[in-house]
Amino acid sequence: MTIKVRFYRVKENFTLDANFSMPSKGITAIFGPSGCGKTTLLRMVAGLDDCANGYIKVADSLWQDQHSFVPAHQRSIGYIFQEPSLFPHLNVQQNINYGVKRSCAASQKKSADNVVELLGIAHLLQRMPDKLSGGEKQRVAIARALAVNPCLLLMDEPLAALDQKRKDEFMPYLEALHAELDIPVIYVSHSSMEVSRLADHLVLMDAGHVIATGDIHTMMTRLDLPVAHDADAAAIIEAQVSGHDEQYHLTHMEFAGGTINVTQKALQVGDTARLRLAARDVSLTLERQSDTSILNIIPVTVDDIIDESASQVMVRLSANGVPMLSRITRKSASELKLKKGKHAYAQVKSVALLA
Amino acid sequence: MFTEADLTALFITLKLAVITTVILLLIGTPVAWWLARSRWRFKFIFEAIVALPLVLPPTVLGFYLLITLGPDGPVGSVMAFFGAQPLAFTFTGLVIGSVIYSMPFVIQPLQNAFMAIGQRPLDVAATLGASPLDRFFSIAIPLARPGFFTAAVLGFAHTIGEFGVVLMIGGNIPGETQVVSIAIYDHVESLDYANAHGLSATLMLLAFVLLIAVYAFNRKLGYKKGCGL
Repeated sequence: MTIKVRFYRVKENFTLDANFSMPSKGITAIFGPSGCGKTTLLRMVAGLDDCANGYIKVADSLWQDQHSFVPAHQRSIGYIFQEPSLFPHLNVQQNINYGVKRSCAASQKKSADNVVELLGIAHLLQRMPDKLSGGEKQRVAIARALAVNPCLLLMDEPLAALDQKRKDEFMPYLEALHAELDIPVIYVSHSSMEVSRLADHLVLMDAGHVIATGDIHTMMTRLDLPVAHDADAAAIIEAQVSGHDEQYHLTHMEFAGGTINVTQKALQVGDTARLRLAARDVSLTLERQSDTSILNIIPVTVDDIIDESASQVMVRLSANGVPMLSRITRKSASELKLKKGKHAYAQVKSVALLA
Repeated sequence: MFTEADLTALFITLKLAVITTVILLLIGTPVAWWLARSRWRFKFIFEAIVALPLVLPPTVLGFYLLITLGPDGPVGSVMAFFGAQPLAFTFTGLVIGSVIYSMPFVIQPLQNAFMAIGQRPLDVAATLGASPLDRFFSIAIPLARPGFFTAAVLGFAHTIGEFGVVLMIGGNIPGETQVVSIAIYDHVESLDYANAHGLSATLMLLAFVLLIAVYAFNRKLGYKKGCGL
């Protein structure tokens, strides 16, 4: 079961050319710089913008091809806009019911109660939208979209209108959705931080074109793509809690390539979490160092090296098959005689635990 | 303070204003919606037609209506063919004239109110399963409520103050087509200033109260920005 999308439109000197499939579970991020056509693409998926030359099929239902076009209100979607866009003349409860009343499935009531609980808005139901904070409004908007049990959830930079503090408050709700929901999500974003925390799958866009698609671990570390050369370039690793070091307050996280220690987190042994290893925080040595303050040393083999500038190179590493990135100076790369297939040790100076 | 004829004129005026306002709201709402939403490139022609009564002297409008509705005019002769009386110098004729004369005062506030809603709430409603007609009734109309109130009051008040059009097509038939503004004119012509004062002061007070209501209501209802729409 996949979702197939194909759109081609030339309008006012802007060509949008998107042709990709995505898995029908997990979060697929449409990722690219501002103005590259992400929102337009999402609106076409929703049926809000027309595209004469389009095709979209979600699992077994055909939404658009050359001969047919299902209008937005007949597609089973939830759409989260950049601004929360609650109806100002309805209270929170009525906003949520707006969609529920218009959908035919019988299980709606239960689903609406569930999302109200999941998003923590039960105490807000009787309020009017202008009495809510930005983060609360966006949570209500998400509850409203989910209450109708859509087949596909579309999110257009849902955090963009929030300040950093609200973003941090809001993120856990998105992560909870990620864990709880079994419907596919298309998440439009230009923030690599949001994408690394949430996405399972990446559709990379630039200037109206989809340039690559794939799972996030591969995509973030592909040296032929711009993401791996961003200042914040990083590898994303899924790891499992294998134990805690009570004395030094550390949590051991295990993945196929070895074990990584992070400062102690309230996680149970067996829990999985996502780690973000920034390329600039990973250095390389040929021998395993013993007299070092760095705790996380992982044996790796060099997969690929590419010059980023006159002074820096980006090295793609494989830790027992798990891709990692390391940004080092060209001088170091040359002195260590790094080349494809060479064994080395990656020293990871800091790790961010994402969820 | 009022003579019998004055009271009749007041009643006819109010009846005319109420009927005109109701008709204009019914016709004006879809027209205003279309003007607000359409991206047709010759839309401006219709916007100009709607605005025409704003700038035309009422006598010009009244003159053409008289010709059209009179027994020899296109509408009048068709009606005569079906055995109906011509509409000139009847209350129905007055209603038709008033509807045209007050049209911009109803359609323009509605059009502005619909345009102020923007595309977003309608898009949201579409993604929540609302059909175009459903979106119009469940989102556009409630959100344009201040516009409806303004349109109704302006249409009503403007019809009450009408003079030139009425004079041209309604004549001055007491008990049938004589409205307050014309009754005032008659009083002044016969130097009956006391009765002219009575009616004039009544109209002035009415207009003032209506406008106060519009401004107070719009202040209360003006949905605050920042609720995300």
